[in-house]
Amino acid sequence: MSQEFRLENVGLINRDKKLSFKFNGKKYFGYEGDTLASALLANGVHLVGRSFKYHRPRGFFGAGVDEPYAIVQLYRNNETEPNIKATEQELFEGLEAKSVNCWPSVNFDIGAINNFLKIFLPAGFYYKTFMWPKSFWYRIYEPFIRKAAGLGVASTKHDKERYEHKYEYCDLLIAGSGPSGLSSAYAAAKNGAKVILAEDKPRFGGSLLTDDVNIGNQSGKDWAEGIIAELKTMPNVVVKNRSQIFGYYDHNMLVMSEKVSDHLPKTKKYHPNKRLWYIRAKEVLISSGSIERPIVFGNNDTPGVMLSSAAKEYLKVYGVLVGKNPLIFTNNDSGYETAIEFQKHGVQPTVLDSRKNPESEIIDEAKSLGINIKNSYVVVAAQGYKKVKSADVASISDDKKQLGKIENIKCDCICVSGFWTPSIHLASQSGNKTKFKEEIDAFVPGVSKQQETTLGAANGVFSLEETLQTSFAKGRELSKKITDNDNEVSVPNVVEKKSSKHDKFWCVPLPAGKNYKRFLDFQNDVAVSDIEIALREGYRSIEHVKRYTTLGMATDQGKTSNLNGLQLVSEIENKVVPAVGHTTFRPPYTPISIGAIVGREVGKHSKPTRKSPMHDWHEKNNAVFVDAGVWLRPRYYKRGNENLFEGSKREAKNVRTNVGVCDVTTLGKIDIKGPDAAEFLNRVYTNAWLKLPVGKARYGVMLREDGIVMDDGTTTRISENHYHMTTTTAQAANVLSHLEYYLQLVWPELNVNVVSTTEQWAGAAVAGPKSRDVLQKLFPNLDVSNEGLPFMGYMEGDLFGVKARIFRISFSGELAYEVNVESDNGIFMWEKIMEVGEKFKIQPYGTEALSTLRIEMGHVAGSELDGRTIPYDNALEGLVSKKKDFIGKRSLQRVAFTANDRQRVVGVVPLDKKTSIPEGSHLVKDANAPLPNPKLGHISASCWSVEYDNPFSLAILKDGKNMIGEKLFVMSPLKNKVIPVEIVSSHYVDPKGERVRS
Amino acid sequence: MLYIKCPHCGMRPQIEFSYGGDASVKRPELNKEISDQEWDNFVYNRKSLRGKHLELWQHISGCRQWIKVERDTATHEIFKTFKAEEEVA
Repeated sequence: MSQEFRLENVGLINRDKKLSFKFNGKKYFGYEGDTLASALLANGVHLVGRSFKYHRPRGFFGAGVDEPYAIVQLYRNNETEPNIKATEQELFEGLEAKSVNCWPSVNFDIGAINNFLKIFLPAGFYYKTFMWPKSFWYRIYEPFIRKAAGLGVASTKHDKERYEHKYEYCDLLIAGSGPSGLSSAYAAAKNGAKVILAEDKPRFGGSLLTDDVNIGNQSGKDWAEGIIAELKTMPNVVVKNRSQIFGYYDHNMLVMSEKVSDHLPKTKKYHPNKRLWYIRAKEVLISSGSIERPIVFGNNDTPGVMLSSAAKEYLKVYGVLVGKNPLIFTNNDSGYETAIEFQKHGVQPTVLDSRKNPESEIIDEAKSLGINIKNSYVVVAAQGYKKVKSADVASISDDKKQLGKIENIKCDCICVSGFWTPSIHLASQSGNKTKFKEEIDAFVPGVSKQQETTLGAANGVFSLEETLQTSFAKGRELSKKITDNDNEVSVPNVVEKKSSKHDKFWCVPLPAGKNYKRFLDFQNDVAVSDIEIALREGYRSIEHVKRYTTLGMATDQGKTSNLNGLQLVSEIENKVVPAVGHTTFRPPYTPISIGAIVGREVGKHSKPTRKSPMHDWHEKNNAVFVDAGVWLRPRYYKRGNENLFEGSKREAKNVRTNVGVCDVTTLGKIDIKGPDAAEFLNRVYTNAWLKLPVGKARYGVMLREDGIVMDDGTTTRISENHYHMTTTTAQAANVLSHLEYYLQLVWPELNVNVVSTTEQWAGAAVAGPKSRDVLQKLFPNLDVSNEGLPFMGYMEGDLFGVKARIFRISFSGELAYEVNVESDNGIFMWEKIMEVGEKFKIQPYGTEALSTLRIEMGHVAGSELDGRTIPYDNALEGLVSKKKDFIGKRSLQRVAFTANDRQRVVGVVPLDKKTSIPEGSHLVKDANAPLPNPKLGHISASCWSVEYDNPFSLAILKDGKNMIGEKLFVMSPLKNKVIPVEIVSSHYVDPKGERVRS
Repeated sequence: MLYIKCPHCGMRPQIEFSYGGDASVKRPELNKEISDQEWDNFVYNRKSLRGKHLELWQHISGCRQWIKVERDTATHEIFKTFKAEEEVA
């Protein structure tokens, strides 16, 4: 298939490599080096999609990151990605793309009826219309808006691509590889500075690729290629193409998204799709250039209307004519540059210049080439629906208010130039307060807030010579500061054509009797009339106007629309533009795929997974695992077809009747040493610690300063000045920080050191009436009798040649021991326990049985110590010392904490002894009371009591102390349950605690 | 993301630290009788300053030391950092 609009031998594409692709199901050809946009235009395709609100036909407006509406749904390697700009997507073999926001097709779009309803869909339409009736919101309005909203469709499949994050530090980070970026990078690199040069496009060089200039006696493009080639050979320089610096954050940290694979049909093996760079730079040079801004006129969104710079780029980079009968509409000399390129390539353009009598070298060249130029002329409206067919043009008065007689000129594209807008996004994100530069009618960076400098066109400097001079000097100056080297680099001589001043003209008045839509924001369909409505309705702040009309809020963030919007507001308000101000620039500069932001921290990789040294054994023995924080713990060990309920019941029962073993490695462990360790513990815990003898463990509760229980656990005195503290699995890290806080900041005079030893010890809890028999077999030489190792006793032993610590402590409420060995010996210990325990019918038990055992014993745990309860609430007031001071003690005197009807932990049993009680349910007095039914408390933990073979729960209940014996209702609207229950003591099994002491 | 100078380790990114609140708060001495108001001021009441603020950070993924950081809460500028025991002038 021939490419009708492709020129021979023009452009930077690789004509040796032909690529086939599909757009809306139809097959086309392009070349390597094309973008999807250039390849479509080469084939004469101008209709890309439908607009967001009115579904008007839309084509290509730009040639890069500024593109407001050439957005497609992309299909690549059996995946799909929405909202891809056709102007940025590089062509690859087999690319497939479809139009968005149209149904059934881009050529015939039902939604386009909105275009004819547009008088009913002005700014604020949604706000005004969907207010009432309230009942319509969920059923009618929301589904409708949801369906209408958005452009592309996100994939619902798991993204199999890989995304990487990279952290980098450099001396100079340079955003943009145009004339300014190249010059400063080169000068800085010559001084030995560590430089990163980032270019968002595939090709380096920026405007040098399209401008007709001469640097150092060669073309701008050749000069750029030479500089890049040299920079690439330097070890202190990183040059990156396809890399967009999109965010400028605190302390000179910038984030860059590198598209590693998007230009390929398929990501290479071991390559990421995208790489996100977090770069901390000593100095940042912003050389992001400028974006051409449109002039606003009637139907200026018709396909075929585009920026004149884009037309020039399609021609010079891709060898593509955007039209064969172009009309150029300009208020400055840039339009002439495009016209000259057309003329040189055999196409005769017509130039309409809003200026009366401009004179410059560029204009002289255009005239000498015989280009048809009409001064004081403007485009009033584009004509044609799916493609420009002609333009209504007219002369315009000097004050730009009066139009002359409307004439119609045939044309197939309209290239617009309304002068240039510096890309100040990064500078503004850095905190730089921008200032308005009258000469160019645009904002430029003001005083730097961070270590950042904006150069070249981004700083409103449009002379190439000046840009090169300032950029070479700045690169040299900044790098000298960092490296102390000062190598002189001579600035090459520059030949560029001088241009004349632009016209302060940006919006063509409507001709009498016409109400053409004149669009400002092409992606969000915001027209001049919408801004007028917003201002008429009283919106004054530019931030409010933006939100009410959605001007500049589309995915292009108003790159081509913001300034024209500001001009309009300032004109209507009769203020100058700087008084109106601009809206805040926020990262990201361009849309960044969520995958790149997430990186590799997906699913199980979002946090490290911690496994105990006995994990492999659990796995081999059919453990079903559960996430406990970042730990994986056996929930139960499945036998045959057992479910969780059956398995955990069996395991718990076996602990109550024989003996079980549970992996408790995950408990937090903190080693505490120093002569003041006892005094420190005495301040940290609520109970007394000064008199704990060596070889004894004690249960302790610690509070936050606000009196709320922070954590509980046992601490053992290993030797005179050495303690071993255990914490709950969840609070281990917080408790360590808490201890460090008091030791380093509050009581630095205490001579104590703390260190986490959680990972140094493997732990096994051996629990049940036969646990002593197992222990005796493990340590045949030790006296582990009730007298030799009493409850809360501690001893060290030799476990078949392995050093072990033995604690007689119990969470299950049974006679129990905890054995710790060094982690590497964990599996040895575990297998020995299983081996010697076999004849006592030992079974491993998981967290579910562990919970059952502690719940029916009334031992509080994380679900009761939930950050809202004080010791009294957990029936732990007996552990609160009245004699000594400790962290949080003063708070316990607060009125609410001493109230008579204070909440307290209780037991809950269903009256029918059958119905399980959902955790989180509320306790109420009257099941039929009108809503909101007053809540008396909540169920904190539920189990099936293996002792009594009926459901049993713990609850935190208001006035719990006096509620024992009361009949209440458990309500769970979530599970649609109402269960009559009786309140009982939380100590459901062995209330006197005889078993642990047996 | 902030770039914080740990007085023990040097310049480190914010992700290595954990925030610890107002560093000017002094815990009342143990065993000292104090009013409800004084205790409330210690536990709850903070100024939420705009501007220069002395705050605590812990170098949790580094040396685990608590440090004091003098930072502007509006601009995020960090003026100086101090070791836990260092007196702040």
